[in-house]
Amino acid sequence: MTILTTTPNIPDGDGFYSDLIAAHDGLSDDESAALNARLILILANQIGDRAVLTAALDAARPKPR
Amino acid sequence: MLDDRYALAFRLYPYEHSPDQDAEAPVRHPVVVQGGGPIGVAMALDLGLQGIPVLVLDDHEGIGQGSRAICFAKRCLEIADRYGAAEPMLDKGVVWNLGKVFHEDRKVYEFNLLPEAGHRFPAFINLQQPYFEKFLVERVREAQAAGAPIEIRGKNRVQSVEIFDDHTRLQVETPEGGYVLEADWLIGCDGAGSPLRGMMGLDFDGRVFQDSFLIADITMKADFPTERWFWFEPWHKAGASTLLHKQPDGVWRVDFQIGWDVDRKEELKEENVRRRLDAMLGPDVEYELVWTSIYTFQCRRMKKFRHGRVIFAGDSAHQVSPFGARGANSGMQDVDNLGWKLGMVIRGEAPDALLDSYCAERRHGADENILNSTRSTDFITPKSKISHVFRNAVLDLAQEYEFARPLVNSGRLSVPCVYDGLPLNGPDALPGGPLRSRVGSPCPDAPLGNGFLLPQLGGRFTILTVDAEAPDAVAEDGVTATRLALSAADDTTGALAERYLGAAMSAVYLIRPDQHVAARWDRYDEPALRAALRAACGKGHDR
Repeated sequence: MTILTTTPNIPDGDGFYSDLIAAHDGLSDDESAALNARLILILANQIGDRAVLTAALDAARPKPR
Repeated sequence: MLDDRYALAFRLYPYEHSPDQDAEAPVRHPVVVQGGGPIGVAMALDLGLQGIPVLVLDDHEGIGQGSRAICFAKRCLEIADRYGAAEPMLDKGVVWNLGKVFHEDRKVYEFNLLPEAGHRFPAFINLQQPYFEKFLVERVREAQAAGAPIEIRGKNRVQSVEIFDDHTRLQVETPEGGYVLEADWLIGCDGAGSPLRGMMGLDFDGRVFQDSFLIADITMKADFPTERWFWFEPWHKAGASTLLHKQPDGVWRVDFQIGWDVDRKEELKEENVRRRLDAMLGPDVEYELVWTSIYTFQCRRMKKFRHGRVIFAGDSAHQVSPFGARGANSGMQDVDNLGWKLGMVIRGEAPDALLDSYCAERRHGADENILNSTRSTDFITPKSKISHVFRNAVLDLAQEYEFARPLVNSGRLSVPCVYDGLPLNGPDALPGGPLRSRVGSPCPDAPLGNGFLLPQLGGRFTILTVDAEAPDAVAEDGVTATRLALSAADDTTGALAERYLGAAMSAVYLIRPDQHVAARWDRYDEPALRAALRAACGKGHDR
């Protein structure tokens, strides 16, 4: 797990979040889901480290509460 | 005809007959402030303490009930301190540092504001607005006793206004009938619904948020800690989000987000308010209702805050969502910015154009506040299914992963804006100087002997030297800047050096009367300082 960066690493987080939501403006639910899928693949390619991607997949899976 | 629109918490300026009402011809006043709320009274204090006669007209006889604004930020208190009014606010206010964020039935995380040491004022105090206003009016009474030319006229409602190039003429209604008076300068501090703005037919555009919030101020016997608790989609379903905040006198502010299509009358019935509170607090907690209200909000501002001899300040000029406490706090910064400029223009020390910089600088502040409060609002009340999904994903991740916590936005608490790149700024020529005291910034406080730095700044232009030489005073075109000579050794905690020197060995700052940095250098340079002093007075960058 330590392979993932889990401390804050995005400068201007509020600005990024706002752009992320704005990217979905006017899209249907299906279109939004497709945008998210494209975005994940783009970001995954940018990361490019197989072990990090595995750790990220693991971190994102629903946790039992 | 002059019925109260709200009940009074404190009747501080009862109607009195003024000789102006019997005058043959309308009496001319240098400055009239329309609206005696916190911003109007602070405006009067700023000008009155400069010796400029100022008349406040308010259509009530005192301060309205209901707590409205509750969170007053450090910068706001520093400004109030410059007016001599902050001490009772600090004594009465509640200081909090710990915040907790909940989603549904679980705590997502908690945060500590971890206030930086070496400041006279805390990051925030919680204080009911009527107290804040009362302390300002009490300070006015004290200043009046010491000769400050301030007058507040209760039950004086401006009915109409005529605008001329060099003055305005006001038709004022009182319980004894109407009269006319004139003002060289008219300051509109009459709130978000500004009647003055309406009379002048001016724009006020922005975004409406389709949500309502129910506020209940309650007193409880239960012993809750002095913390800020924010629930997203709380288990108790009493609101789509809920905020719990401590105020003085054992009063708690509870804020329920209740949706757009609500029947206000129905929701404000005591049994319905209690139904929500019972759901949140549990059946065994005893409490009393102090005040309830429902609000909706908009984020909007005027295109221009200055229209010739009429200038708008506070909510009348710009309105934000309540998230982040940017209403009263930013209004106080308007007053801080406008007071010295108007004073200099009235005294003939600066050109009229200096007042245009008020609009440029405070519009910059308003835009920053609107941006921040809009983002908070969008996070708290997601407008689409996908933004709701992302919001909840952030909350899910924040419970386990630190990286997601800065993305949780339940209100970014008000900090003053920096006037980056605006026309009054002079050179930033301090290599290695700290970012936080760059040109345009409000001066950060620092310990100094037994006291603090900020009380020694403001109200005039200051040449602050840290381990540098400079003359005791520099006069340029009728404006004098006086020196405050300090050494890094004056503060053994190192805060002064960290906040004003950074990596530099010495520094010379030119500081404006509102405690913002006008220019800075690593050493005294007379022509450069004179040019910066001219620029800061709106006299252009050229000599």
